[in-house]
Amino acid sequence: MNRFGIGQAVTRVEDRRFVTGHGRYTDDITPSRCAYGFVVRSPVAHARITSVEVAGAAAAPGVLCVLTGEDVVKAGLRGFTASAMPEDLGAPPGHRTFRPVLAIGKVRFAGEGVAFVVADTPGHAADAADLVEIDYETLPAVVRPDEAAVARDSFVHEDCPGGNVAWGLMFGDAAAADAAFARAPHRVAVRLDNSRLSASPLEPRGCVGEYHAADGGYTLHTSTQNPHGVRQEVAGVLGVTETRLRVVGPDVGGGFGMKADAYPEDALVLWASRACGRPVKWIATRSESLLSDTGGRDQVVDGELAFDDEGKILAVRASAVHALGAYIAPAGLVPSVFSLRFIPGAYDVTAAHLLTRGVFTNTSPLGPYRGAGRPEATYLIERLLDEAALVLGLDRAEIRRRNLIPASALPYRTVTGYAYDSGEFGRVLDRCVTMADWDGFEARRLASEAAGRRRGRGIAFYIEQGGVFNDRMELRFDPGGTVTIVAGTFSHGQGHETTYAQMVSDWLGVPFTDIRFIQGDTDKVPFGRGTYAARSSMVGGSALRRAADAVIDRAAGMAAALMEVSPDDLEFAGGRFTVRGDEAAGIDLTEVARAFYYPMGITDKFGVGLEGSGTWSTERENFPNGCHICEVEVDTETGEVTIGRYTLVDDIGTVINPMIAEGQLHGGLAQGLAQALLEQQVYETGSGQLVTGSFGDYGVPRIGFMPARVESAFEPVPCLTNPLGVKGVGEGATIGAPPAVMSAVLDALRPLGVTHLDMPATPDRVWQAIQGAQR
Amino acid sequence: MKVTLTVNGTRHEGEAEPRDLLVHYLRGPLGLTGTHVGCDTSQCGACTVLLDGDAVKSCTMLAVQASGHEVLTVEGLGCGDDLDPVQQAFIAEHGLQCGYCTPGFVLAARHLLDRNPHPTEAEIRRGLEGNLCRCTGYVNIIRAVQAAASSGSTA
Amino acid sequence: MIPVAFGYHRPQSVKEAAEMLTELGDEAKILAGGHSLLPLMRLRFAAPAALVDIGDVSELRFVERDGGQVRVGALTRHRDLAEHQVIQASVPLLSATAAQVGDPQIRNRGTIGGSIAHADPAGEYGTVCLMLDAQIVTTRRRIPAAEFFLGRFTTPLDHDELVTELVFPFTPGEAVYIKFCHRLFDWALVGAAAQQTDRGWRVGLVNVSETPVRAVAVERALDEGTPYAEAARLASDGLHPTPSHRASAEYKLHLTRVLTRRVIGQAAGVPGG
Repeated sequence: MNRFGIGQAVTRVEDRRFVTGHGRYTDDITPSRCAYGFVVRSPVAHARITSVEVAGAAAAPGVLCVLTGEDVVKAGLRGFTASAMPEDLGAPPGHRTFRPVLAIGKVRFAGEGVAFVVADTPGHAADAADLVEIDYETLPAVVRPDEAAVARDSFVHEDCPGGNVAWGLMFGDAAAADAAFARAPHRVAVRLDNSRLSASPLEPRGCVGEYHAADGGYTLHTSTQNPHGVRQEVAGVLGVTETRLRVVGPDVGGGFGMKADAYPEDALVLWASRACGRPVKWIATRSESLLSDTGGRDQVVDGELAFDDEGKILAVRASAVHALGAYIAPAGLVPSVFSLRFIPGAYDVTAAHLLTRGVFTNTSPLGPYRGAGRPEATYLIERLLDEAALVLGLDRAEIRRRNLIPASALPYRTVTGYAYDSGEFGRVLDRCVTMADWDGFEARRLASEAAGRRRGRGIAFYIEQGGVFNDRMELRFDPGGTVTIVAGTFSHGQGHETTYAQMVSDWLGVPFTDIRFIQGDTDKVPFGRGTYAARSSMVGGSALRRAADAVIDRAAGMAAALMEVSPDDLEFAGGRFTVRGDEAAGIDLTEVARAFYYPMGITDKFGVGLEGSGTWSTERENFPNGCHICEVEVDTETGEVTIGRYTLVDDIGTVINPMIAEGQLHGGLAQGLAQALLEQQVYETGSGQLVTGSFGDYGVPRIGFMPARVESAFEPVPCLTNPLGVKGVGEGATIGAPPAVMSAVLDALRPLGVTHLDMPATPDRVWQAIQGAQR
Repeated sequence: MKVTLTVNGTRHEGEAEPRDLLVHYLRGPLGLTGTHVGCDTSQCGACTVLLDGDAVKSCTMLAVQASGHEVLTVEGLGCGDDLDPVQQAFIAEHGLQCGYCTPGFVLAARHLLDRNPHPTEAEIRRGLEGNLCRCTGYVNIIRAVQAAASSGSTA
Repeated sequence: MIPVAFGYHRPQSVKEAAEMLTELGDEAKILAGGHSLLPLMRLRFAAPAALVDIGDVSELRFVERDGGQVRVGALTRHRDLAEHQVIQASVPLLSATAAQVGDPQIRNRGTIGGSIAHADPAGEYGTVCLMLDAQIVTTRRRIPAAEFFLGRFTTPLDHDELVTELVFPFTPGEAVYIKFCHRLFDWALVGAAAQQTDRGWRVGLVNVSETPVRAVAVERALDEGTPYAEAARLASDGLHPTPSHRASAEYKLHLTRVLTRRVIGQAAGVPGG
């Protein structure tokens, strides 16, 4: 057995540099003569820019240049725009926006960049920024999507035909859904608020841009999840071909979807470098990050469920507004789409009518944040099922059992167009129910009550999509016979340096510790799409499998020639080609690889170099799924919610590295729990000012927040749509946790008359809900 | 202004503006980029170093304030084949993912174990309150500190 | 962000520090542990022209039992207050509170003098000082705690007046501080402290007003033998806490009463109190 192979809990090879402080993050990169940029940001949420005076700043000590929106126009820089719009999915056209790298004439959110000051030290840049004088004529600002959707006196984009509504999406069939509702014996309805969140990875955004006057090329080091995507977007904005722009993602300190696309600052540092003749570095402060990073969630949804006397779902309807922010982010469409398509979940839903409107607001743009619309979808269907269970007096695990798609019904096509290939949803749920001792709850509830606390339990089942788009992976041997993985995906905490090497170690039989790993540099990796959307295990892994197959195929020819047999006589196993029926006659792959580098002779026939590449695409998706059960205790006097125990069972198909996979669950869980109980980006109504502008106010969880008891297990059902049988693991816990927690909190509070509560369930809100119910 | 710092056992004499934070002085002139900046309100602890043996947030100190004192950064804790037991435990227990918060955690954990070699889980949680992680969900960080404690680690 | 540039001075004694402050004028600020001032400077909410770093003034770092009093040097760090045997034995309310200030790294650097002089309404020491009738000793005078906290970030200190020590009456016994945090923040959402002393009950509140609050009405009621729950209800009288995105005023008032009842019960040793 290969102790470095697939399925083994191999400790990570990348860790050594991180625990010794030798990681190389963007701010650790300081080219010689590096200058420093400071973005002057709009203090107001919505305004016309009436004057910009930079002379004072430009004359300040150490300042090399000051750029404004006027310079953007003069330079002919283009704006950032959405990668996909509804019309690309066959929906009615939306209103496309172009986000300038610096505001031109108008600011649309507090924090929008208005000027870029470049100086010889960060201190000089900050000092000079204070001297930039800008006059604003303020306009009314809208910050909530439900308010912005109906606003009549305040339009973020005056040329948007829908007011502040950029698009409308629909999935399902109105007639079928309405008919099902009409004949349904029961229905329930809810309105849910999904707060705006900030991804807040520990490493803030940052980039270093260099223009090379000698050859007219550019190099960008940036804290990103997607170097090739950034290259494409920024090259477009600068008006250069991608061949002129090298993008490097160094070590990146977390992303969670927020860093999956380019930002104006990526273009600014390159443009400024050309303007001032030196490399330019810009690193966000945390306050800037909270203000200007692409946000997540921020959706309000009205949903209804029609069901029969057995609790069987007959139909679901939903109508939502989803905030987009001041401009449509490159991937701004994604959460809107997923927020509808996964509403049916893993349940047998035969009729649905699901609508959402993407709405402009005077806040920084919104896009994918771990889960990207699936949390919104899952929260809705899970809450509706809880309400239905209440109406019928059904156990909440039982109502789910009755609706989960049975394994015998797979492959199953959802009314939103997904084809679920594999899954044992009922078995996953049952295992979680057993592990969580669901049936033993009452005794624990009584014990909590004796100690003066209300105890509640919640259950949620999620299904989601792991992987989008295609990608490319390469395997390249060197003359010494050792192999390098060249990855189009981009690890920023996921441990790819280890997990891909586990795969290659298994498939090619080469020593694990000899395998090298390259990612993230557009000069070294011909093409890739980065890492987000839980894509790498399937798309990267399957592409890597194909690359390995290509290598083996190519090597077989050489092996056969070296052994003077026919390739058909050869078998490959354990890193070795052997003649079928005669194991003594064989040759190691590493030796075969070396033969590809002979200076003359056999390479004439086979070519110099042993390498292989593979691609994989997500036409047939994978669907990770799982069950969460949460128990909470509520101190009804203070409203404080404590999580007592938490149980998760996940089907992520083949588990490549159980330790790394479990780590993804823990991290996703922390974010999901925090969404339910702690985190919310708050903007002041009227002024549009961000209130939660620091880590003192925005509640990212600390170590004491995590429950003492977190039990997780994998219940693998191999995926049938990729050769590895994997399903993505990165986002499931973030999706399943909020509904499980809210279900538990409401379960604890229902005896007091509370029927509804929105996230985050802070102590004040819980207490207010109790007071409201008692009146 | 002149700054004299003993960092990881080596004495350095250099120049700093009064407004240069200790973390920037370590990262810039001294080239020790292992200590990181993660916030601007002294919340996240990514900048944690040991000052005269105490865990402090180097973003909330001026370089000139630290002059005359001893600093231990993550680079001084262990390297190569000679890792501190805390560093080894973080690897063994998968106590890190992106690695950005890790130097701060490793030093905070080192400081905790130096003063309390056998902490309870509650004491570990209290002792690491000053450090934020966004990737791991903390579960494996707790396991790592427990593992380092039970390996009988003293620096 | 990088702070606005400033001049830096590092006196070696109280005398030198006082002279520097007088000479530099009111644009100069004192730097002690730095954990109140530097965060403000990093965000450019404060931009003093000069800092007088008193970190070397070791004469201000001490804990002494002096007859019926405990004297605490202004530069004594939170961690030392939390762990010092003399404090734990003689002024346990102070050690119980110090142990909950900030987080471990902050406790290793921040000082009581710096915290007191900053007078943040969410700071804890002000409440302790009021409850224990402490005296704040400066280079110029002795100020009773009741006259020290004038408003949000406002004290009677002149710009060149240095807090040198705090003097607490010897107040042993069971002392409890409950810090209710939404998340493990540095600051309390609401805090309540209580101790039954030989001078009567002492009850105090944190972050419910512009200044620290001593719940005198509650103390009186308790000393008169009023049941704890009833006495605790008086805690919110006359308070007008500032609502925030984290907590409504109504909730803070309610929490004040609940925490007061709990802290009284715990201080009195009532099981489940």
